[in-house]
Amino acid sequence: MTDAVPLPALPVTETPPLLDRIVQLENVRVRFGTGDASLLALDRTSLTVRPGDFVAMVGPSGCGKSTILKLVAGLLRPTEGNVFVAGREVGAERIGIGMAFQNPTLLPWLSIRQNIMLPLKIVKPYADTYRRDRETVFRDRAEALLARVGLAGFGDRKPWELSGGMLQRANLCRALIHAPKLLMLDEPFGALDQFTREELWSVLQDLYLETRPTVFLVTHDLREAAFLASRILVMSARPGRVVEDRAVDFARPRTLETTFADAFGALTNELRRLIFQARQDQAAIAPATATQETAA
Amino acid sequence: MKLTRRARDHIKSAACIVALFVAWELACVAFRISPIVLPRPTAVISTLIVQMPALWPHILQTLATTMLGFLLGTLIGVALGAFVGVSRSAYNTAYPLLVGFSSIPKVAVVPIFVLWFGSGTVPAVLTAMTTCIFPIVVNVATGLATTEPEMEDVLKALGASRRQVLWNVSLPRAMPYFFASLKVAVTLAFVGTVLSETVAANRGIGTVMMMATASFDVPLVFAGLFALALLGILLYVVFAGIEQRVCGWATRKQDLAVA
Ligand SMILES: Nc1ncnc2c1ncn2[C@@H]1O[C@H](COP(=O)(O)OP(=O)(O)OP(=O)(O)O)[C@@H](O)[C@H]1O
Ligand SMILES: [Mg+2]
Repeated sequence: MTDAVPLPALPVTETPPLLDRIVQLENVRVRFGTGDASLLALDRTSLTVRPGDFVAMVGPSGCGKSTILKLVAGLLRPTEGNVFVAGREVGAERIGIGMAFQNPTLLPWLSIRQNIMLPLKIVKPYADTYRRDRETVFRDRAEALLARVGLAGFGDRKPWELSGGMLQRANLCRALIHAPKLLMLDEPFGALDQFTREELWSVLQDLYLETRPTVFLVTHDLREAAFLASRILVMSARPGRVVEDRAVDFARPRTLETTFADAFGALTNELRRLIFQARQDQAAIAPATATQETAA
Repeated sequence: MKLTRRARDHIKSAACIVALFVAWELACVAFRISPIVLPRPTAVISTLIVQMPALWPHILQTLATTMLGFLLGTLIGVALGAFVGVSRSAYNTAYPLLVGFSSIPKVAVVPIFVLWFGSGTVPAVLTAMTTCIFPIVVNVATGLATTEPEMEDVLKALGASRRQVLWNVSLPRAMPYFFASLKVAVTLAFVGTVLSETVAANRGIGTVMMMATASFDVPLVFAGLFALALLGILLYVVFAGIEQRVCGWATRKQDLAVA
């Protein structure tokens, strides 16, 4: 996979912003609902991410990982605190964030190629030349991306003709087609078998190394986090806070060999211990919260 | 010669329909049923053929009235459905009104239209329109509201405007719902037209059947019913065909799930 042909670049290249932080959360608090029935999902979360970081987020279920992704993507406003993306208040400027969820949600009336080219129809400046370039440059890029994820020749198929794993590969292509500066992945490989998953780790790593976007990956697979990330954030149980910020400096490109090393096993064990700890803490405070909620 | 499974299915259902008519014919003969009560299907069909030159203008009248009412109903239905489907507060206001309105028997509405516009084509068009609006509104609204939240998130993260989400995802997704409702709506529009024609008109199949009933020409009444049924089937088939062309993706997916 490492000797794959480089992707054709898109015609317009933007100068990368000279920033030391692309994402910044300042004392962010997110509360869902109002009054007694409200739920504090994130509490005083602060976080700084440099351009090109590959951040993996792990933590107990329901601790607010997806909420952080939505904050950064501008899909959700913080109740308190600030979220900055590329130096500006989130949502102030549309920067075309690539996003992929566990559910591939490809549109059934479009072919696979049309599906993955959809972002080019929306994100500027590609949207302006979409009509002109869709049969040439854009199409070539779509085909190259499809080939990279192992879907060469499937561009003209319809989504229902593909298996779950193939749809997830296409989903990844759709998130990457417009070479986003920010890539948000919410358990993208959660529903796949172990072998497909490990194959896609390598594919994703190659694509990451090529263009160096800033990536947020939410995952429940600690090996996945350790394999892909340059930085792992461990979150506490709800209300979520970052309790551990761990740099991962295994040499890249990482291979399956990397996962057999002692240091790799030690890291995943350590992460497992931290999450276990976070869940224990939740169990300890749970009774108090429960009585509050039943009183409401 | 080997037939495909589809062709065999078609032949089977055609045979069943023919058998039904044969049974009707035989029952009429065997039990000596008077043609005043229930004419034999052969008698009905021969009446239909013999009377065709006289019936034809009425058939055209009914068809034109229905299509006009259906067209108006579709336009208004789509506009209302889009309005209701896109906005939460519009949904809350309009839905109870629509349900209430659709619960009113249309027979009760015809006299009001006649009162306002006099008897003739206008009340028939309006009755056809009001009869067929409801399924269109409901289906368009439902279709627009079924966009997956993840898909919406993906598009919004890319910076898509509401209009882009509507155009690229919500509208195509609503198409199968829309066309499914058209098939139903066009047959309902027929019901509305004929209803109004039987009450207050001097042209149309409804009027013909009224007059035939008054003169105890039962085979002609049944010939009118047959003509209506045939027109209904014809329009249904036309719209089912358009549906298949425009949004085959929705049914092909199901084919696969069944196979
Ligand atoms: N739209 C919403 N309305 C109300 N509560 C919500 C909403 N979205 C999330 N929550 C709550 O906020 C908390 C955090 O949700 P979030 O989806 O961020 O968790 P998560 O860490 O991604 O969990 P998982 O690992 O299970 O995906 C959860 O307890 C959830 O119930
Ligand atoms: Mg989640």
